[in-house]
Amino acid sequence: MNFDFSEEQKFLGNEARKFLNAECTTAHVREVLDDDNMSHHAGLWQKVIEMGWLGAAIPEEHGGLGLGALELCVLAEEMGRALAPVPFASSVYFFAEGLMLAGDEKLKATILPGVASGDVIGCYALSEGPGSSDPAKLSVAFDGSKLRGTKIPVTDGDIATHALVLAKEGSGASLVLVDLNAAGVSRRTVKTLEPTRSHAEIVFDGAAATRVGKAGDGANHNDAILDRASVLLAFEQLGGASVCLEMATDYAKTRYAFGRPIGGNQAIKHKLSDMYVKNEVARSNCYYGAWALSTNASELPEAAAASRLAASEAFWFASKENIQTHGGMGFTWEVDCHLFYRRAKLLSVQAGAPGVWKEKLVSALDLKNAA
Amino acid sequence: MDFNDTKDEAAFRVEARGFLAKHLKLKGEEPAASKRFSREEFLVAAKDWQAKKSANGYAQITWPKEIGGRGGTPMQQVIWNQEESKFDAPVGPMAIGLGMCVPTVIAFGSDEHKARYVKPSLSGDEIWCQLFSEPSAGSDVAGLKMRAVKDGDEWVINGQKVWTTGAQFSDFGIVLTRTDPKAVKHKGLTMFIVDMHQEGVDVRPIHQANGGRDFNEVYFTDVRIKDSDRLGDVGQGWNVAIVTLMNERLAVGGAGGPGWREIMDYARASGAISDAAFRQNLADWYVAAQGYKLTKFRTMTALSRGETPGPENSIGKIITANQLQDISNAAIEMQDHYGLMTDESVMPVEAAFQQSFMWAPGIRIAGGTDEILKNIIAERVLGLPQDVRVDKKVPFDELKSG
Repeated sequence: MNFDFSEEQKFLGNEARKFLNAECTTAHVREVLDDDNMSHHAGLWQKVIEMGWLGAAIPEEHGGLGLGALELCVLAEEMGRALAPVPFASSVYFFAEGLMLAGDEKLKATILPGVASGDVIGCYALSEGPGSSDPAKLSVAFDGSKLRGTKIPVTDGDIATHALVLAKEGSGASLVLVDLNAAGVSRRTVKTLEPTRSHAEIVFDGAAATRVGKAGDGANHNDAILDRASVLLAFEQLGGASVCLEMATDYAKTRYAFGRPIGGNQAIKHKLSDMYVKNEVARSNCYYGAWALSTNASELPEAAAASRLAASEAFWFASKENIQTHGGMGFTWEVDCHLFYRRAKLLSVQAGAPGVWKEKLVSALDLKNAA
Repeated sequence: MDFNDTKDEAAFRVEARGFLAKHLKLKGEEPAASKRFSREEFLVAAKDWQAKKSANGYAQITWPKEIGGRGGTPMQQVIWNQEESKFDAPVGPMAIGLGMCVPTVIAFGSDEHKARYVKPSLSGDEIWCQLFSEPSAGSDVAGLKMRAVKDGDEWVINGQKVWTTGAQFSDFGIVLTRTDPKAVKHKGLTMFIVDMHQEGVDVRPIHQANGGRDFNEVYFTDVRIKDSDRLGDVGQGWNVAIVTLMNERLAVGGAGGPGWREIMDYARASGAISDAAFRQNLADWYVAAQGYKLTKFRTMTALSRGETPGPENSIGKIITANQLQDISNAAIEMQDHYGLMTDESVMPVEAAFQQSFMWAPGIRIAGGTDEILKNIIAERVLGLPQDVRVDKKVPFDELKSG
């Protein structure tokens, strides 16, 4: 039994934490929060590029470090802890991973080195309106060369150079690649609950696009992209949930009411204990997701769903009860609690909300256990 | 990351499986031993199986060889438990003795005690029970009142214990008593070894809320215990009990009973699998059950590496006991009015959901209530301060109780 990260992977995580503790404090995060014109933290982004993290899981022949999915999971947890206000998830978990899944060698050789070097910032455009994104009901359409329609919101869509877009093609769906700086693309920043990660509305009006993978394979590619990205997002959620528990615990030990620390009250103890249980459930499910991701196991759909669901619940619970534990201070702009509350919501609806994943999970379990 | 045994672990697993296959049948090959046998027959079978394990080095694998163990690793014990659980092994009656009582005797007993008691417990000849809880001392075990009064080189014990598992077939017990009511609560306690067959020990089964009689009350009337059968110093009983209870926490696992798979199977048979609300609940149960199972894998990983596991395993009973209750309840509601019935011959899965519905409230309490377990996580894992205590500086006989 070896259900843990290796010493080397843990070392990578520790180094990443040290780096982010210095370069990505909540003061850095707040620079983006408080400035409507800042889409991301350019200084941090440049340093992340220099660390080589964008290419961590990209093969060496395409300009990456050629590390594995497990290393990416370790980095994701740290990025989640730090609430890094950079387009890392969009460019790496969705865009680069999506290209590696569905793209041919020529496309990978053309695009991936740019992702690794930071010259390309990628994003994934799926949502078109309220409700879950059903590949069978898309309005954005691809006619074999041009793309028409509107995607909203697209995380990091305003700063990305390229997008993978899920579009209707004929009676099915296809995955297509678009250069967002080309003619026929217009975009505007939209306001969201989570201003430290930028979002855009992107309008395609006959924009040139290239199909990635085969025509009509879009729904399958979408499932695979979301499964893989979900494990990585779950590690970010796990990181955020861990920090919320640490913040709430520290505060409960040092905040006095009625002559003693509030953490001496069972109402607080049991709340934080519930947080701990949910975080451990999330951590164990995340590790399983990491294993499935790194081995391309046939269990990946269930493992991805379970890690996403457990981590979404853990981060949601920890972020809201962290505010509650902080009392009135927790509801001020100056105290960091709301940063985590905002990020928790982004991460739990990006790539599909929990209800959608519960249905996916049960469908997968039902199918496997019926056989 | 992988789920494979190391070379040594794999070799031990093969060896263990070979031994088990030689003596036992796999689960499901015939009706379970617990159903085939009467309670008395089951006890005989359990003693026989324990003797076989002991003779072949599979009883208490981590105990040193000098006292009859195997001198093996915690990981070997985990592997043994995994393999044994695949077979219809008559186990259970010795768990508390070997898991909690005898380790306490080994830690605090004299050489004579160890020479007298360890081997017969390992071989299944003698069974032990733990006599801590009392009617007015449950979560607050140190509030117990059973009185021990010194009389020459003996102690005279009077009082009542409750929720004593296995007392009806136990030969010995460890009993926590109050020897000094004038001392503050935790300082006036003393632990003894008691012969359960001696005069004045009266075991009565408890009629539980689920209708069963698995636990006992034990009444002590002028029971005399030699001072030489004391474990630890007079007044140090709480420190001795802590050692026993630390072993309990390692021993208490999941709640057992029907889980997500069983209710999914039933829902598929009944058609409820297509109900959207049920599907959302099923996903939650799966995620939590996986969380528990995979957390055990993390603990095993630490053991396999020769490290001390973290506190993460403490989440087990909170998750599984509540889930058992929720799943049982959901299954009954799925059966609607019909779900009220308990006749095994007419009910789906032989009324397993109805049985676990009535068993679950007990599991949420046994071995530490949900609330106490949460306090433990908060205080020992997260480091939060203890509650304000009004009982720490007051002589025990001046404390309010009820």
